Amino acid sequence: MEWGAVSSEGKEVSTILESGSQRTLSPYVTGTSVLGLKYKDGVIMAADMGGSYGSTLRYKSVERIKPIGKHTLLGASGEISDFQEILRYLDELIIYDHMWDDGNSLGPKEVHNYLNRVMYNRRNKFNPLWNSLVVGGVKNGQKYLGMVGMIGTHYEDNHVATGFGNHLARPIMRAEWREDLTFEEAVKILEKCLLVLLYRDRSAINKFQISKITEEGVTISEPYALKTFWGFSAFQNPTKGAEGSW
Amino acid sequence: MSSIGTGYDLSVTTFSPDGRVFQIEYAAKAVDNSGTVVGIKCKDGIVLGVEKLIPSKMMLAGSNRRIHAVHRHSGMAVSGLAADGRQIVARAKSEATNYERIYGEPIPVKELADRVASYVHLCTLYWWLRPFGCGIIIGGYDRDGPQLYMVEPSGVSYRYFGAAIGKGRQAAKTEIEKLKLSELTCRQGVIEVAKIIYGVHDEAKDKAFVLELSWVCEESNRQHQKVPEDLVEAAKAAAQAALEEMDAD
Amino acid sequence: MFRNQYDTDVTTWSPAGRLFQVEYAMEAVKQGSAAIGLRSATHIVLATVNKATSELSSHQKKIFKVDDHIGVAIAGLTADGRVLSRYLRNECINHSFVYESPLPISRLVVQLADKAQVCTQRSWKRPYGVGLLVAGLDETGAHLYYNCPSGNYFEYQAFAIGSRSQAAKTYLERRFDNFDKYSREELIKDGIFAIKETLQGEKLTSAICTVAIVGVGEPFHIINQQAIEQVIQSLDIVEDAQVEAAAAESASEEPSAAQEPAAAAPMDLQ
Repeated sequence: MEWGAVSSEGKEVSTILESGSQRTLSPYVTGTSVLGLKYKDGVIMAADMGGSYGSTLRYKSVERIKPIGKHTLLGASGEISDFQEILRYLDELIIYDHMWDDGNSLGPKEVHNYLNRVMYNRRNKFNPLWNSLVVGGVKNGQKYLGMVGMIGTHYEDNHVATGFGNHLARPIMRAEWREDLTFEEAVKILEKCLLVLLYRDRSAINKFQISKITEEGVTISEPYALKTFWGFSAFQNPTKGAEGSW
Repeated sequence: MSSIGTGYDLSVTTFSPDGRVFQIEYAAKAVDNSGTVVGIKCKDGIVLGVEKLIPSKMMLAGSNRRIHAVHRHSGMAVSGLAADGRQIVARAKSEATNYERIYGEPIPVKELADRVASYVHLCTLYWWLRPFGCGIIIGGYDRDGPQLYMVEPSGVSYRYFGAAIGKGRQAAKTEIEKLKLSELTCRQGVIEVAKIIYGVHDEAKDKAFVLELSWVCEESNRQHQKVPEDLVEAAKAAAQAALEEMDAD
Repeated sequence: MFRNQYDTDVTTWSPAGRLFQVEYAMEAVKQGSAAIGLRSATHIVLATVNKATSELSSHQKKIFKVDDHIGVAIAGLTADGRVLSRYLRNECINHSFVYESPLPISRLVVQLADKAQVCTQRSWKRPYGVGLLVAGLDETGAHLYYNCPSGNYFEYQAFAIGSRSQAAKTYLERRFDNFDKYSREELIKDGIFAIKETLQGEKLTSAICTVAIVGVGEPFHIINQQAIEQVIQSLDIVEDAQVEAAAAESASEEPSAAQEPAAAAPMDLQ
């Protein structure tokens, strides 16, 4: 088989580079956008709980936001199993850090950089972890929010979003974000973004978790749904104005 | 001692005519001259206590730790050469992480003790190594409840209700035997351990010492942790009071 | 020349449970020229005595920068010291690469100590013949550690190693209780005073000592010679005045403090 060939079945293996080694050339079960933004007391993050098997909404209770140690929150879109692998890496990292028992601990900045090194390393082996990760947290009064892509791209910002969210949600966040947002205001912005994504992103589902991290620690909400309204005139004839495109 | 000058005591890979390996016994001497370490199994958990000797007054009390965390729910206390002890702790940590990576659950205390003992034993098998000059007490909590193990420089490891190594081990063991361990809670256990360590400390020979205490119990959420500061202070006060009472008698 | 038959191999225990080869390695630290370290709440000062082997040669470098936040002073085999400094620099760089943050001092010294321990347990190795005073600043504050050939390490408020370091230790022991409150200038001054103690009468000049500092807002660096010369000059003036005053009343407490017994080698091992 020619290296890099992708069959219609989705996940493929390359046999030319090293026989016996398998690489992810495309993902199986994926989660869609994760949103994150800084607010007055810390960082807030939101994601839906869908796990898509290709275009099938196969799983509906996937927790895609997890705490990492005391000061960090991690959200992931992309391949769910790769995310679980990343969580195992981080669990080991945090235990290793904890076992020193010396008053030092890894903060969000360190976790972000670590993940960046892992992701970039894996892509250089042509075996990427198929995720976009959002890393947020607070340590020593310092808020931190960043993103790492599956090929090791990374940046920090006051608000970030992965996947579809980067196109649909970030313009909203850019328009409405302020340094001194209260928690309630931040939730409001995120819910507005989630709703837009729900309407426009076919992989998004109406079951969300919102989580926050402050100096006090992490809180992750129970799953909940947003109220939707499908009576907008734009929804009446969705292909109107797009005639001839397919 | 019949060992010295015979030539049978210069290598770990040499047996003496009466079937002893003197190098291991000598390594154990390094433990016998070190600060006392005590571990007890109470009804709800494990308490570890160390008499950490301070060689210089300019040294900081928190430095040169002798109790180490191994995983979330197990820890160990070292008597003897602290540097050797850290090597064993490092091995224990990696065994614990490896176990969890493979089996997806925390390492059982028995398994941890066995693996650590094998490592210690390994150093008694080759002429190019020397046995570890330290004894360790492992305390942990798993699905079978709290457990206490002791590993000696020879590589033997047994499970105990109460164990003591170092200078004051004889006196400490006598004291432990007087306790009703099956009725004792860890909170009470901490006080008893403090009393024992203060009791065996030899004011004349070693001047300063620091009491290091850790526990694994329900109160610590089955995690190996340092005993909270206020309880340590209470334990020290109780130990000091007990000492004065003894002096008065 | 043998002391006994148990002292030629690192892997041989003596009947009393001692490791003579390790103790001898610690003896090598005492032969090296002195290095001292002292710390306030915000700063750490390292100072060393420079001794040239001949009039024609330069002296060995005894203070090394490891990273912006860490530096070491060594006593003993300088060659071993350089090897270990390189190891420390590597560890710091690796940590910066992975986490983009400085390596905590307490972790660096454990890694260093573990490296030293391995050399005390393999028959084909020898212990390092060097003692290191590791000074650094991190999230948890200012730290001063002493790493010993035995693989032990200790954290100190102030410490001195190398030849005639006992005099410096005695000096520091009398004063260390106040070090936490010291300003950086006071710390440097006491560092130089402690160095002076180890010289035992030999004249202190800026040419025979190196002083380095690290602290809040101040990356590790060696203080330039002119600045040290100035401090020494000011000390001389103060000293002259003190000598005259002291001549009047006979010194009474000095001897008792100087006779502090040296910590025995086996103690350092455990």
